[in-house]
This record gives sequence, C-alpha cells and structure tokens, in this order.
Amino acid sequence: MAAAADLTSPLKEITRAFEKANGAKVDLIFGSSGNLYAQIDNGAPFDVFLSADADYPHRLIAKAVAEKLEVGYASGKIVLWVRFDSPFAKNLSLGALQSPQLKRVAIANPRHAPYGRAAMAALEKIGLKKAVEPKLVLGENIAQTAQFVLSGNADGGVIALALALSPSMKERGSYIEFPSDSYPPLKQVGVVISNSKNKDLAHRFLMYMLAPESQSILKRYGFEVPQATVESKRH
Amino acid sequence: MTLNLNWQAIALTAKLATVVCILLMLIALPLAYWLAYSKHKWKFMLEAVVALPLVLPPTVLGFYVLVALGSRSPLGLWFKRLTGHSFAFSFQGLVIASILYSLPFAVQPIATAFAAVDSRLLAAASVLGSSPLERFRRVVLPLSFSGLITGAVLSFAHTVGEFGVVLMVGGNIPGVTRTVSIDIYDRVQELDYAGANSTALLLLVFSFALLAVVYGVNRYRRGWLGR
Repeated sequence: MAAAADLTSPLKEITRAFEKANGAKVDLIFGSSGNLYAQIDNGAPFDVFLSADADYPHRLIAKAVAEKLEVGYASGKIVLWVRFDSPFAKNLSLGALQSPQLKRVAIANPRHAPYGRAAMAALEKIGLKKAVEPKLVLGENIAQTAQFVLSGNADGGVIALALALSPSMKERGSYIEFPSDSYPPLKQVGVVISNSKNKDLAHRFLMYMLAPESQSILKRYGFEVPQATVESKRH
Repeated sequence: MTLNLNWQAIALTAKLATVVCILLMLIALPLAYWLAYSKHKWKFMLEAVVALPLVLPPTVLGFYVLVALGSRSPLGLWFKRLTGHSFAFSFQGLVIASILYSLPFAVQPIATAFAAVDSRLLAAASVLGSSPLERFRRVVLPLSFSGLITGAVLSFAHTVGEFGVVLMVGGNIPGVTRTVSIDIYDRVQELDYAGANSTALLLLVFSFALLAVVYGVNRYRRGWLGR
C-alpha cells in the first residue's frame, strides 16, 4: 500500500486492526503523493494508493492505472509548528511568521506536495506570503518538513496537523492551526490500482478506511472526516 | 524538445563543485602524502576513515550533518554564532557536506599516484641535496600529475552528481541549495518529464565528456612516460 506521509501514524493503527480482522498482512510504503504517483504510473506493484489530495488519484483513474472507485476518507489540516524551546512556543500565533527571530520556515515543496500548496495558499490568504517567502526551506514531503523543524534546523514549519499530533512531535512542540478557510480543502482520496493482484482485499481495505473505527483514529490524528459516512455507519 | 534549463541551479552547482574541488585539493594533498609515505602503525585507520564515504549511504552523512552539526549541537551552535545561520539550508553547509562526501575521490587517486613514484628517484634527489619540500615539488608532484588531475576532476564531478546529502540538508532554496540534481528530482516529481530530461541529458553529456577527457589525458601521459 502506498500512502501519503501525513498518514504515517494513523495508518499504522488502522492497518493493525485490519490485519487482525482479515488475517492479511499489509506492507505500508510512505512517501510524497507526487513521488508515489510517479512510481505507480510507471508500474510500481502497489494494491492501494492513499494520496494526500484528490488530484493524483484522479489522474491515475483518467489513465486507467487506477480503478474508477474513489474513496474520500479524510481531509487534512495545516498548522504552524515550533519546538518548545522556541521563544514563540508560548502564546504561539500565526503572526510569529513575520518576526525576524523566526529565521527559517519549513514547508513541503509546493511544486509537488499537496501540503506545500496548501501552505502557500494559506500564507497568501493571511497576507504573510511576502514576509515568509525569503525564509522558506522546502521539505521533500511533509514528513521531511516536520523533521526539519523537529531537529531544530528550521525555526518553524507549516506541517500537517496529523504530524503535530503524532507521538514523536506532540511532546516536543506546540502548534496553531491555520484558519480552515485560508486554503483549499486537502481532501484525501484513496484508489485501488488496476494491476493489483489482491483486488478483493484492496477493495475491502479502501472501504475499511470509512469504517467508524478507522474514521475515529483519523479524527484523533486531526483529520476532518466526512461526517455523512460516519453517521450512516452508526445507524 | 525545447531546452528548458534552470540556469540558476546550473550556476549554483558549478560554484559548489568548484569551491569543493579547490578546498578538497588543499586537504587531499597533505592527507594523500601522509597516506602514501607514512609508516605509522595506525595508518590503516585513517585509510578506512577516508574511504568511509564510498560505502556509507548519503543518508548517513546527511543525517549527521543535520543532527550532529544541527543548530542544537555544540558545533552547530558555534557555527551559528559565527555565521548567524545553521549548517543546514546554507551554501557553506553544502560545501562541508560535499567535502566529506567527495573526500575519497580526491585522496585515493592522489595517494596512489604518490605511492607509485619510484623511491630511487627520491633517494637520488635527496643525495643531490634537495630538501623534502623541494623533492615533493620537483619530483613527486610532476610524476603524480595524472593522479592529481584524476582526483580533482573526480571530486568536481562527484560533487556535481551529489543528490542524497543535498536532498537531506539543503532545504531546496533557489540559488542557495537547489542544485541541478535536486532540480531534476523536482521536475520528475511535478511530472515535468521533458524538463527533467533536458537537464538530465545535459548532466549526462557533461559527465561523460569530463570522464572521457580524464581517461584520455591519463592514457596519453602514461604513453609519454613509457609506462
């Protein structure tokens, strides 16, 4: 299974439950959605692709590399994250991005990472793009972006809320969410790859992403989940 | 195919490789000399250290530059106080990482060339009253010329071809750390295969030409010296 890096923590929990219920073994390969897309497009032997956006899966569907059925399992959110030893950690606000003390700001590469595009859109919308642009360092994917800040090499970073809530980051820094109307929604879509040799299981997994137990895990990691599915499953 | 080249990345890569190549030659000359002539019993340890970047994945080097030299470590703090920024995401950081990464490519050909100099020639020069420095300058260096050229060109070319370390510590800043190899990677990622191809092709032709010149020159020099 190829999955966007922002899913690292929740997906490990979800697959553990899925493996137990189905007696199957799932191998997880995390990366940037763009990178995984290119690999799948060139015949990488994945069964399922969980992208951090809807655009890459749609392209695969258009090329018939992925099957038509698409499942929107969650939407991601972006936050500004700083380490606890940062002078901004207490009373963190988005205004910190303007401060000359915040010298380097990490974002995912907007050329190919959906979270990077969201970060740029949000910075523009709240009017800080000009101030932040000269400070930008670009992570190859959202996980590397987080690691740039976590290691202290960047003073702040715009990362996925899911990563800010992951065990390794939760205890080391504070975050503040960007207003959800400041960037286009990061609707995440999953598809089954047409060449999959385990199609039955792959479909079952895609559906399992919408199951209440999976959705509540995603919610715990800061994803917005499609309300309708959760409710309809509950009845 | 339209040529869609990122000249900024090309210029940056050329600058990085030139700086690294010059610094590496300064470091490699004494190091190679010591490796070639020393009879110290722990010499093999230094040989192993010099060869490390050949076997270590760039991720190991990248990881240590990021964490051990990062802005939280004593060395990183010292660097930050000196320059006002951290190793990572800076041109100087890339230079330091590249020097480590390309060290064996400079040292090994030079050390091999030094060691191949006929010791009788050195003895003769010594008998004729030349100082060690003079022997090095007038006997060892001219006879090791092809090794020096090989070391310089390989360290230049290897730095041009560096990818993993730059990806890990560069931060992809245009004009500062976005090298040609990173630019190619970005273009592939954003599905601009034509753009990736034009840059990749340039790198392929350049690297081939450089290596062909080195091997060609070495071959003719060996011919002249009757070896």
